Amino acid sequence: MIRLEKRPQPSKVWGALTPVLAVVATMIAGGILFWMLGKDPLEAIRTIFWDPLFHETFGPYSRPQLLVKAGPLILIAIGLSLGFRAGIWNIGAEGQYIMGAICGAAVGLAFYPSESILIFPAMVLAGAIGGWAWAMIPGVLKVKFGTNEILVSLMLVYVAENILASVSQGLLKNPDGMGFPGSRNFRDFPAAYNTDLIEGTGMHWGVAAAFIAVILAYILLTRHMLGFQVRLTGEAPRAAKFAGVNPTRLILFCLGTSGALAGLAGLFEVSGPSGQVSIDFNAGYGFTAIIVAFLGRLHPIGILLAGLLMALTYIGGELAQLMLGLPGAAIQMFQGMLMFFLLAMDMLSHYRVRWKAPVAAQEGAK
Amino acid sequence: MTGDLRQSDALMTLEGLTKAYPGVLANDQVSFSLLPGEVHALLGENGAGKSTLVKMIYGLVKPDAGQMSLNGEEFTPVNPAAARAAGVAMVFQHFSLFDALSVAENIALGMDNPPSTRELASRIRDVSQAYGLPLDPDRIVGDLSAGERQRVEIIRCLLQNPKLLIMDEPTSVLTPQEVEILFETLRKLTSEGTSILYISHKLEEIRSLCEHATILRHGVVVDTCDPREKSARELAELMVGDKLHVPSRDPAEPGDVALSLSSVSMPSPSEFGTDLRNVSLEVRKGEVLGIGGVAGNGQDELLAVMSGEARAQDGSITLAGEEINTLSPGARRARGLLTAPEERLGHSAAPEMSLIENALLTGSVREKLVDRGFLRWSKTEKFARRIIEAFDVRTPGPDNAAGSLSGGNLQKFVIGREVLQDPDVLVVNQPTWGVDAAAAASIRQSLLDLAHKGAAVIVISQDLDELMEISDRFTALNEGRLARPVPMQGLSVEEIGLMMGGSEADEVAA
Repeated sequence: MIRLEKRPQPSKVWGALTPVLAVVATMIAGGILFWMLGKDPLEAIRTIFWDPLFHETFGPYSRPQLLVKAGPLILIAIGLSLGFRAGIWNIGAEGQYIMGAICGAAVGLAFYPSESILIFPAMVLAGAIGGWAWAMIPGVLKVKFGTNEILVSLMLVYVAENILASVSQGLLKNPDGMGFPGSRNFRDFPAAYNTDLIEGTGMHWGVAAAFIAVILAYILLTRHMLGFQVRLTGEAPRAAKFAGVNPTRLILFCLGTSGALAGLAGLFEVSGPSGQVSIDFNAGYGFTAIIVAFLGRLHPIGILLAGLLMALTYIGGELAQLMLGLPGAAIQMFQGMLMFFLLAMDMLSHYRVRWKAPVAAQEGAK
Repeated sequence: MTGDLRQSDALMTLEGLTKAYPGVLANDQVSFSLLPGEVHALLGENGAGKSTLVKMIYGLVKPDAGQMSLNGEEFTPVNPAAARAAGVAMVFQHFSLFDALSVAENIALGMDNPPSTRELASRIRDVSQAYGLPLDPDRIVGDLSAGERQRVEIIRCLLQNPKLLIMDEPTSVLTPQEVEILFETLRKLTSEGTSILYISHKLEEIRSLCEHATILRHGVVVDTCDPREKSARELAELMVGDKLHVPSRDPAEPGDVALSLSSVSMPSPSEFGTDLRNVSLEVRKGEVLGIGGVAGNGQDELLAVMSGEARAQDGSITLAGEEINTLSPGARRARGLLTAPEERLGHSAAPEMSLIENALLTGSVREKLVDRGFLRWSKTEKFARRIIEAFDVRTPGPDNAAGSLSGGNLQKFVIGREVLQDPDVLVVNQPTWGVDAAAAASIRQSLLDLAHKGAAVIVISQDLDELMEISDRFTALNEGRLARPVPMQGLSVEEIGLMMGGSEADEVAA
């Protein structure tokens, strides 16, 4: 019935259009899901996509949350997208995020209660180094021994989680915390606290870093030789080798950059919105960022929009749980649908859909 | 043409076949007929519409208008399986075989209802004996030579007892001796009544094999003739629609040694590749060194070791007297050694990237397209346009993806990209593979011009006519060993064939 015909070159129009179509399809399929759960689909969709921004009661609370949530997603996804473009699959951003947070927080806590203005920059640096170093483990193993970076980086997430559990109950535990797990709260440590740059907007240093990362990644990919090499390696690895791209350097660069950005995201989170190193301060941003990277078609501007959209579904999802009593699993399914539809729609930019008589389709099935 | 008479007893008749792709009319009202038992040549430049036409006959593409008839009945294959069922078989230019499987397994995979392996093997033996195509059904395809692989494809077709066999550039991978065997087979087939539609750009072959030729230009049939009555040059000019420019040269006095390999050995990076063994060669400024040999005898490896994609394990490679074995491809380019690998899609060019980006791919160093790491796009675009203009690359513009170009046009772009960078040494592998006569002539001319200007040129090719036309000295690769280069002039086809077969150059030259 339907036949797919490969386009001579991927369509730019469809490439830009498919994310929009995917969102629309998700709304429709999600609406049906919510309807089957006995909720009013239109109200559910409105609660997820509209109320967080424009509802008079919830809006003022959730609008800043949009940036707070989108910031780390975008920052991590930008780093991941570089590797994904080159066919280097860092799946362990969550681990790099945790290690960045621990390293950065540790530097800050070591100087408690100093008021030096150098503390926060030092924490930022330590956060980036922590994430970078954690990503270098799969990087070096891949380069030296040819291990699979997908497996190694993913496994290291669980190692990082255990280290987090250990330090929040041991090394970094708040000495004045009456034995409760978790570090000192950075809210009580102004020199190290990642505060809102503009009061009440959720715009903290991490969000600023995310915007800067978007701009730099855009320049890198469109104007810089390194970005060209990243793209070339992803599109045609043999041609990249022929062109003289050094695969070792590229692997280390991509993994290192994505690790450093994830580490930064972790530091900004732990020293700001989360406020302390605790067993569960990480909210799975490192994994969600993978979806954001693909939703944004691995393009910096796309990732910026995708990060905001994903943050919206998080906030809206929470709101829908609260207001309509939708189960949390339904919200997760809704987010999963978004990824599914995006990948499915992706086909449209590479193939042309043609309708054909049913007879021909049967012949073709033979 | 006595149209009515021919149509009445024709095996296949095409009438007004038309196929349009966005922006291009690939076939416009194409009509001709094929007689039973004839070898009919389909001639045309790249992009003339030959592929589209045979794809329509083989059911891969549906015509927009026009009819086909087979044995007087309407013929509308909806897919290749339907075409095969009707008795139309096709041998593609690029083989679709699995290296790790045996001959019989490969053939079974291509059949709609494969018989048991043992029965199939005995049928393969029967067919291969009947048509003089020696082939052992139990051998692993990865170990076969290109000629033997082609036999697998041909036997796969013959097992279906086709009435019409379509062959796309079948001799481009064969040694002269193998070509003879193939022609014997084809003559035998036609004597049994099978018709053959033969696509080739080797005009001498067509003249010796075919009884009729249909010539396509820009999707239109421009002439139908008996190729035996025309000269190769006349045929080429019909194809191009213009006077053909035959490569010419004034042999320059060879200068100093530009590039030399001494006792280079390298294990092949790929499992089914060929290791290089003790390869030595020297190429001087102003000369063209031709390296012949059947595909799969170490051509890719030899190019890789010179381009810098692979490192020689033993031996040394010197460029203008300087050891370069440990240098990266980029560093070698900076020193004036440029290369163009055989595979266009994915190796010498990135198919999904634009021509501008592909110009940057190897041009970044010598054309100074990068300034402190930042890309100079406008300069790169100018470079791409210069290539497109100087080498007559047919494309709507430099923004188009490399993969959207026809093979010949992309090859012109790739060769042009290297030639325009003014190399000291240029190494090309299969510069005119699957390229039509006019484009091939212009590519060869550009290589000769380059040598005339004082560059050293190494041409690795399986096309002997090409090597005889442009080389000053000749050598051949056989199982990763290189024969000692000898002057091209005065070398006979037999001697060349022996060198390709691995006989020592001295014996041959003596």
